[in-house]
Amino acid sequence: MKKIHSLAEFSRFQKTWSARKNGDPTVVVSSGTCGQARGSEDVIIAFEKVLSRRGKRPQFDFKVTGCHGFCEVEPIVRIEPRGIFYQRVTPADVEEIISETIGEGKIVDRLLFRDPVTGEKCLRAKDIPFYRKQKLLISGNNMRINPARIEDYLEAGGYAALAKVLKGVKPERLIDEVKKAGLRGRGGGGFFAWKKWESCRNAHGKIKYVICNADEGDPGAYMDRSLLEGNPHSILEGMLIGAYAIGVSEGYIYVRREYPLAIQNVETAIEQARKLGLLGRNILGTGFSFDVKIAIGGGAFVCGESTALMSSIEGKRGEPRAKYVHTVEKGLWNRPSNLNNVETWANVPLIINKGAKWYSKIGTEGSKGTKIFSLVGKINNTGLVEVPMGITLREIIFDIGGGIPDGKKFKAVQTGGPSGGCLPESLLDLSVDFDRLSEVGSMMGSGGMIVMDETTCMVDLAKYFLNFLLDESCGMCFPCREGLDQLLTIVTAITVGKGKPEDLQLLQEIGGMMKDASLCALGRTAPNPLLSTMRYFQDEYEAHILKKKCPAGVCKALICYEIWKDKCAGCAACAKLCPEKAISGAKNRPHEIDPAKCIKCGICKDTCKYGAIQVI
Amino acid sequence: MLNITINGAEVKAQEGATILEVARDYGFYIPTLCYLEGHDSYGACRLCIVEIGEGSRRRVVTSCNYPVEEGLSVQTDTKKIIGHRKLLIELILSRAPNSKTLQDLASYYGVEKIRFKNKNDDCILCGKCVRMCNEQMQSGAIGFVGRGKNLKISTPFSKANEVCRNCGACMYICPMVEVQCRGPKTTGDLCNGCLRVTPTCVEVYDRQMCYVEDCGTCVRPGSKPTGGKSQKK
Repeated sequence: MKKIHSLAEFSRFQKTWSARKNGDPTVVVSSGTCGQARGSEDVIIAFEKVLSRRGKRPQFDFKVTGCHGFCEVEPIVRIEPRGIFYQRVTPADVEEIISETIGEGKIVDRLLFRDPVTGEKCLRAKDIPFYRKQKLLISGNNMRINPARIEDYLEAGGYAALAKVLKGVKPERLIDEVKKAGLRGRGGGGFFAWKKWESCRNAHGKIKYVICNADEGDPGAYMDRSLLEGNPHSILEGMLIGAYAIGVSEGYIYVRREYPLAIQNVETAIEQARKLGLLGRNILGTGFSFDVKIAIGGGAFVCGESTALMSSIEGKRGEPRAKYVHTVEKGLWNRPSNLNNVETWANVPLIINKGAKWYSKIGTEGSKGTKIFSLVGKINNTGLVEVPMGITLREIIFDIGGGIPDGKKFKAVQTGGPSGGCLPESLLDLSVDFDRLSEVGSMMGSGGMIVMDETTCMVDLAKYFLNFLLDESCGMCFPCREGLDQLLTIVTAITVGKGKPEDLQLLQEIGGMMKDASLCALGRTAPNPLLSTMRYFQDEYEAHILKKKCPAGVCKALICYEIWKDKCAGCAACAKLCPEKAISGAKNRPHEIDPAKCIKCGICKDTCKYGAIQVI
Repeated sequence: MLNITINGAEVKAQEGATILEVARDYGFYIPTLCYLEGHDSYGACRLCIVEIGEGSRRRVVTSCNYPVEEGLSVQTDTKKIIGHRKLLIELILSRAPNSKTLQDLASYYGVEKIRFKNKNDDCILCGKCVRMCNEQMQSGAIGFVGRGKNLKISTPFSKANEVCRNCGACMYICPMVEVQCRGPKTTGDLCNGCLRVTPTCVEVYDRQMCYVEDCGTCVRPGSKPTGGKSQKK
């Protein structure tokens, strides 16, 4: 591909791409990290085998893309332009798809998605309830673009926003456009993007930086990974536009080492953009120069915090510093730096293409646009969902997510990752936006959404998050390090039945102090999972402390397994599997568990066909 | 010069100075553990927190690295700040319960018991030595290793290195390198004797008993001073 030297040349080039379409059907296979984990690579090999075969076979184009969002049913194969959606495809299905669907236009019935509620089969993606309420503005292109080919992105209208901006939009007008759009940072803070851009533009200094924060460390959150893997050019384009608005010529993408595919795809994207003259010196002959480097992180959670991230790029320990002098004035190497999250950058080209007016119509008063959530945990449809701001939690969990598996009851949803909070059933009708979530003691965070059913113990959950945060805290400031350590000690004591009534007061006290006195956002939000569970599930804490019982039957020290004599058929299935040989009894007679031997692993309960084993 | 108010008093401050520097210049006491004059402020101990602003915009900041600005209103000892400091002192004390520096700080703030399990560590990870070594001595022989609970200060790979000139500046600056308090070792008790003008122990023992094995016997609830070793003499 040849370098493009001017804007006029670019628009000619664009037209050739949009005109290039043949009638052949296209087979699209999703192969993000989630798809690969479920065997999409084997499916791709099977398709390639057919493609390389000589002789008569149906003609079709073949495309490998990033994640399509519905990770539960990966690997997904779509047949465009009809939009047929095949799920859980195995290499064995490939021949049939080619001969039946592509050759004869017939549908392979068993590969279609079946709506678990109505039992109806869904032919296309938009028929599936999971996709029906979504608004795929940012992640939609993931389904159309092969991330390793810049041509695909151009075909989908990519870099048009950049060309539009470079045609002579003044940087101040550009910032104004982002202001009118009401774009807020998607990384967690929800800070207005335009404010950062403007202060960074006005900050003194010749050399400035724009940084893309792709250090996504929340357990169970992976929307940034999916965007980087599936559509890296949209992030580059966003950064280019931001750089133009702020007046910057250097940028960094800070991505964690745990995302090898994302790193690979971004590297390819940068290389291709450079070759095409969309990155580097004198972009499209306009005199504007900008280039991006990739900084690879070591996987510390705290490096997602902006100042720690900058320390890390500088080659120092990933330690946050006080932000009394903002990073837009003194950031990376003490120079003005504007840092935004992956998803924020991906929103920028959209705003420029469609206009701030259109964009600001989506969402709520204070929060505009869409947000991608990763819906995980005890939920039927695991995956990435992109929804307009203001949608209710109930819609996300029950309409899109398909509710809780195995007919269990919903208990809580944890939003915002380890720094967010747990919201109970009574708040399911809460509209999801930055302000509402922080009002109820949680936060938007980067968009993790972990659903829990009745078998989750909230005290145990708080313990898990405290443990995670203590592990991931940089350990620099005293409230976070010592505070978390003591919180964990106290909560652990509660889960083993050694809690005291006055502990609750002490937990509140430490949590409150940490919120005020910690250095960075990690420490200030670290007590959130604990405080929110204490606020909404106080009865559970009290049961642990006063009655020494775990209502959810999770905390091993507080539970006991028992066989219900009326129900036990004496099949001895449990006795065979018990690793401690704690179950005994005569054949066809009710068995018994020896509590002294029982290690409470729960295997017997899972095995019992009669439901005769109960936790008390 | 900038005009700011500290605890209601109008004072003048040099541009670029931090709240802590200005406050100390004017004699307002703000406790610190990790602050090291003439070095980068680290902001780790958080004891120097103060409240700035008025009304709904009031917020907690660390004074050691907050640069003063025109019209700034600072409160160094509000109810919230004192409460947080007390809890912080308690938390740090649980890490190094025998440090005289921390015990004195506790006495000053009236922290009389520790509700946490003692960890009996000596280092509180204030990082003064690291900054001393890097910035003043230009050596960089020691640094932070690990993170979270496992954070420690050490030489690279915990081995002796030739960069270290054995200057001892790290020890000179360490707030924990002092003769340790031999006071109560059990969780919970703090004698708070050292800072009192007439420590209770003087009445019984005829001299202050800090640093001595029996320290703290006088204040343990329900226990009467029953002839420690020193008394027998």
